[in-house]
Amino acid sequence: MSELKVIPMKPRTQSDSSSSSTGVVERDDTDRIDATELREEHEQRRQEQHRHIEEVDNETLLRMLYQMVLIRRFEEKAAEAYTLGKIGGFCHLYIGQEAVAVGSVSAIRPDDYVLTSYRDHGHALVMGTSPDEVMAELFGKAGGCSAGKGGSMHLFDADKNFLGGHAIVGGQIPLATGVAFASKYRGTDQVTLCYFGEAAVNQGAFHESLNMAQLWKLPCIYVCENNQYGMGTSLKRAMSQSDVSQKACAYGLASEFVDGMDVLAVRAATERAIARARKDSLPSLLEVRTYRFMGHSMSDPGHYRTRAEIERYQERDPIKVFSSNLREKRVLDDAGLKEIEDRVRTEVERAVKFADSSPEPAREELYTDIYATKP
Amino acid sequence: MAVITMREALNQAMREEMQRDGGVFLMGEEVAAYQGAYKVSKGLLEEFGEKRVIDSPITELGFAGLGVGAAMAGLRPIIEFMTFNFSILATDQIINSAAKMRYMSGGQFKIPIVFRGPNGSAFQVSSQHSQALESWYAHFPGLKVVMPSTPADAKGLLKSAIRDDDPVIFLEQERMYGNKGEVPDAEDFLVPLGQADVKREGTDATIVARSMTVPLALKAAEELEKQGVSVEVIDPRTIRPLDIETIISSVKKTNRVVIAEESHAFCGVAAEISAQIMERAFDYLDAPVRRVSGADAPMPYAKNLERLALPDVERIVKAVREVAYL
Repeated sequence: MSELKVIPMKPRTQSDSSSSSTGVVERDDTDRIDATELREEHEQRRQEQHRHIEEVDNETLLRMLYQMVLIRRFEEKAAEAYTLGKIGGFCHLYIGQEAVAVGSVSAIRPDDYVLTSYRDHGHALVMGTSPDEVMAELFGKAGGCSAGKGGSMHLFDADKNFLGGHAIVGGQIPLATGVAFASKYRGTDQVTLCYFGEAAVNQGAFHESLNMAQLWKLPCIYVCENNQYGMGTSLKRAMSQSDVSQKACAYGLASEFVDGMDVLAVRAATERAIARARKDSLPSLLEVRTYRFMGHSMSDPGHYRTRAEIERYQERDPIKVFSSNLREKRVLDDAGLKEIEDRVRTEVERAVKFADSSPEPAREELYTDIYATKP
Repeated sequence: MAVITMREALNQAMREEMQRDGGVFLMGEEVAAYQGAYKVSKGLLEEFGEKRVIDSPITELGFAGLGVGAAMAGLRPIIEFMTFNFSILATDQIINSAAKMRYMSGGQFKIPIVFRGPNGSAFQVSSQHSQALESWYAHFPGLKVVMPSTPADAKGLLKSAIRDDDPVIFLEQERMYGNKGEVPDAEDFLVPLGQADVKREGTDATIVARSMTVPLALKAAEELEKQGVSVEVIDPRTIRPLDIETIISSVKKTNRVVIAEESHAFCGVAAEISAQIMERAFDYLDAPVRRVSGADAPMPYAKNLERLALPDVERIVKAVREVAYL
């Protein structure tokens, strides 16, 4: 099924890995990478994105860049607020993975559905939930998008068809399958995007869902955001067959391997999957290879990967690469980029102010929203 | 009033609600072509077609979660577990998704779903097929738990459960599917959730019983009447929300309580009810509350041991005599 032409950013083979059985990286492996090969890969990817840029209108391209920058700056601010003690509990940042949510959501309609995992800030923002409400939710305030009851991992926005952040690994996969079932049951052509990390692929929920989705031809697009680490455990240490897109074969689904650092490659792959879903009510699995630049959560010591590895991926920072290519294609100039950064800064600062000033939920809210029908 | 079996009553409830609301569908293992492992869904495939009566693969976590997602998107799924023993595989979706979605979304979503099927023991099906799980599900705010003991209650409660906007765990009992009883003919016959029923009035002692222990309690009451003891039998019918008021009123009248249940006693529903009685009516009690529960052992296969593991009329009579100091 794959129409991918770029060289996937496949991890080095097992024999190249210098990980010990405990996962602590004892030495740097960057010297093993052929510099020429790497330059060629980068050049190929650059050309690929240039080609995609020509296929998309400027307004959409700039909106996507804006959304990616918004997520990045929002998350940086969230990290800051977390260290100040304004955000409690778990806080999983989306920095590095912005191209996945932005690229895929850019391909859907407003009446389509999105469900994701606990790393959900980016998805909520790109679905149109206001940064004010997302930040207020992180702060545990009444003005939050889940009224302060869900927190970072449980952002919801029913009006935007954003059906949540779900915090049991893989738990959202059967739910999304059911949402897609409802669309088919009603005879609409709505599609459902279901995001999850690669570690969720080891859960039964993933396999049970893919089986039902293909069996009953449900319009669900399963987007595996393969950031290559389930908390601190690398893909290679957790999955016997680590080629996630191949898992679709077991259930007869269409699948693609997608470069998750290229927002337009993600958009194009999602468009192909949406075509299958809308027209023929067929599910797809997209393995979108990405990388999170920050820890799993704010409390991640980061001992399981090297600085060199992170830097290697930061060279491919999806925002840096996209804005650079947009400049080269003359879609964006310095003034345009500054305008986006300024707008985002204002919005994020306003979000923090809103969250700060929003009241805590009233005491009686402890016992509301448990049941819809009271006996 | 027609006399029908529990199985027929449940079937009627689903049929009528599916006729009434196109968003109601039934999904589960063998519910369609096979007509239901216990024939509760007999004829539904023929009437409603395969779009609305759906045989699922054996994939409990998957189809339970699919049901919750469909409910989030506005449908009213009835998810049948062939037995509630298999729901154990689906508890993540029932407890982490269905029970909490409304709360953690700040009230944005309702989850109108019914999980139903037989709960508790059958006949010599051994340890993994004989578990009564009501205390598990009743533990969690966000879920409603229903346990009918008569065909009329089964029909009226299931119809209410399907119309309810919250997730309902509807626990049937395989031993009772063939039990017959009168069921009102009215099309819109409903039994509201959260209301206990006084199955028999009495003055000397109260037996709180549910599901399969209700007929046992009524037999015990007959037996005790012959011995000069007047027993009131209360069936909560809904475990969560629990109609504790009706139980407390009875305790204030009789001052003596026995709670009969099929499940294990430890951390069970009888323990909860007896704690609430103590909190609310301690001064009215003339004797400690007694529980008659299933044995604190996995269910054995052998017929004689299985009989020993379950509550029976004799043990309930004995417990009532004990609380009455007879």
